[in-house]
Amino acid sequence: MDSSIAATAASPLSARPTRRWGWGWVALVALGLVLPFVVSPIFVMKVLCFALFASAFNLLLGFAGLLSFGHAAFFGGAAYVCAALSKCVGLTPELAILGGAIFAAGLGAIFGALSIRRAGIYLTMITLALAQLVFFLAVQLPLTGGEDGLQGVPRGKLFGLIDLADDHTMYFFVFAVFCAGFWLIHRTIHSPFGQVLSAIRANAPRAISLGYDVARYKLLAFVLSATIAGVAGAMKALVFQLASLTDVDWHMSGEVVLMTLLGGLGTIFGPAVGAFTIVALQNELADKVGPWVSVIMGVIFVVCVLAFRRGLVGELMALRGSRRETMNERTNRTANAL
Amino acid sequence: MDIFGISSQALFGQLLLGLVNGSFYAILSLGLAVIFGLLNIINFSHGTLYMFGAFVALLGLNHLGMNYWVALVVAPAVVGLLGVVIERSMLKRLYQLDHLYGLLLTFGLVLIGEGIFRYFFGVSGASYAVPESLRGGVDLGFMFMPLYRGWVVAAALVVCFVTWWVIERTPLGATLRAATEKPLLVQALGINVPVLVTTTFGAGVALAAFAGVLAAPIVQVSPGMGANLIIVVFAVVVIGGMGSIAGSIVTGLGLGLIEGLTKLVYPAGSAVVIFVVMIIVLLFRPAGLFGKQA
Repeated sequence: MDSSIAATAASPLSARPTRRWGWGWVALVALGLVLPFVVSPIFVMKVLCFALFASAFNLLLGFAGLLSFGHAAFFGGAAYVCAALSKCVGLTPELAILGGAIFAAGLGAIFGALSIRRAGIYLTMITLALAQLVFFLAVQLPLTGGEDGLQGVPRGKLFGLIDLADDHTMYFFVFAVFCAGFWLIHRTIHSPFGQVLSAIRANAPRAISLGYDVARYKLLAFVLSATIAGVAGAMKALVFQLASLTDVDWHMSGEVVLMTLLGGLGTIFGPAVGAFTIVALQNELADKVGPWVSVIMGVIFVVCVLAFRRGLVGELMALRGSRRETMNERTNRTANAL
Repeated sequence: MDIFGISSQALFGQLLLGLVNGSFYAILSLGLAVIFGLLNIINFSHGTLYMFGAFVALLGLNHLGMNYWVALVVAPAVVGLLGVVIERSMLKRLYQLDHLYGLLLTFGLVLIGEGIFRYFFGVSGASYAVPESLRGGVDLGFMFMPLYRGWVVAAALVVCFVTWWVIERTPLGATLRAATEKPLLVQALGINVPVLVTTTFGAGVALAAFAGVLAAPIVQVSPGMGANLIIVVFAVVVIGGMGSIAGSIVTGLGLGLIEGLTKLVYPAGSAVVIFVVMIIVLLFRPAGLFGKQA
């Protein structure tokens, strides 16, 4: 039995190429265009940032099978860099985000190079410890503003032309970046590179014996995941005009794991669905139950691990799959009877 | 008396403080290693159960008049029982799955435990008075040693030694080690492995609670005390490797000393020095100091 963490996810994605998701994409874009006029654009932007973050994380866990507990470092680190570039250097938003992403990529290369020296549970502990190192640096370095973080970050003018101060204008920029990032992840998963990653996850010794340089593939997956997580964090810093210690804290690393797990590990849309659910829950519950939010998140975690390992999207796909199976059986039975 | 321009009081004082921290690292990483050996689970909630131990002592003192010495026995027992419940009700369902699910489940428990305690006790928590008989200190000539700190190091060393002795030198330990290697075979020999697993988990987290009671009088008893510690302990585990019991103890104490020295030489670096050591070890000895390359 394949008990690896991503094996519970809906299996061979490659078997059904992009066409299967055609309607999903159309629905997603339509939803994205309408949503900011229905609910608060700030809320939707928050969801999009976390959805991109969780999707980037899922690339690493769901497809390469590497559980990083240090993704807050990429998300928060890029948020700080982007905020500093925008606030102190006065760069335009797209360049500030690019700067954040490059920083996250470098950090991802370091985290990746160190942590893939060990496998499994050790890798997770290493990423967590490295992220804590970044957290302490963020606390102590003078540039990051310590407990206050970087506040009042200007959103600036996109390409020096379009003022992003208006929430709706900002929203469409965030939505465009989200779509680009999401599409990149989707392409990566279905590329030969993504297939090799899945192969490594399923059976690393076999991938090695086939001549793949496993360490290089893992490292590349790490860097890619970190970069996109960095884009998400940098955008979050611009949306909320704030980069703070919350973004680099280990709770943030845990939150992105929870979003991915709840939505569906190793599914394309799962992490986004999970991000939406968690952000909406936190928004709803924050004023009502206060500190119990953490307890509720913990309970969701435990329930997901014990009883719901495929996540929302994974369960849905399994349901569809089993219905198709029973229909096939019925067809077969009819055929046999004839 | 000065050594390299640092007064011997400051030097040995920091070293002692380092040993105290190292004692907690040693006890916690020991528990993690024992649990990992048999259950193949990294217990993220180890720090939270350490925090529970400290709170049992604090609440016992405030509401039941339970003194420190009683707490040293009661807190590990209470937390050990809690551990048994956790293992029986949740963890045992995960043994067939990837190790990572155990980590994720226990991470969920961290959020639950911390959230509950934060609701009732706030972020800052409360302090626990040093027991009457361990107040004051003794002059050792080269330094003045606060009695309580000396006691923590001594107690931790004894507990670590007893754990090592039980695992490496008794028939029970032999069974335990055998079950770690080949659980099915040991089960076939008529030993009730599930009970052994449950007991081990209970004992492992009881160790964490014991450390929590030891720590209560020196650190602020607060809901966050466990989470910050456990991340450092994870780094300790990565540095030492979980292959050897004695290795965990030595690594824990050694890193505590290094941390203490850093506090003296470059205070700003003391929070991160263990992570830096981890990076260096990963670069030159990826399997860890006492680990076997997987």
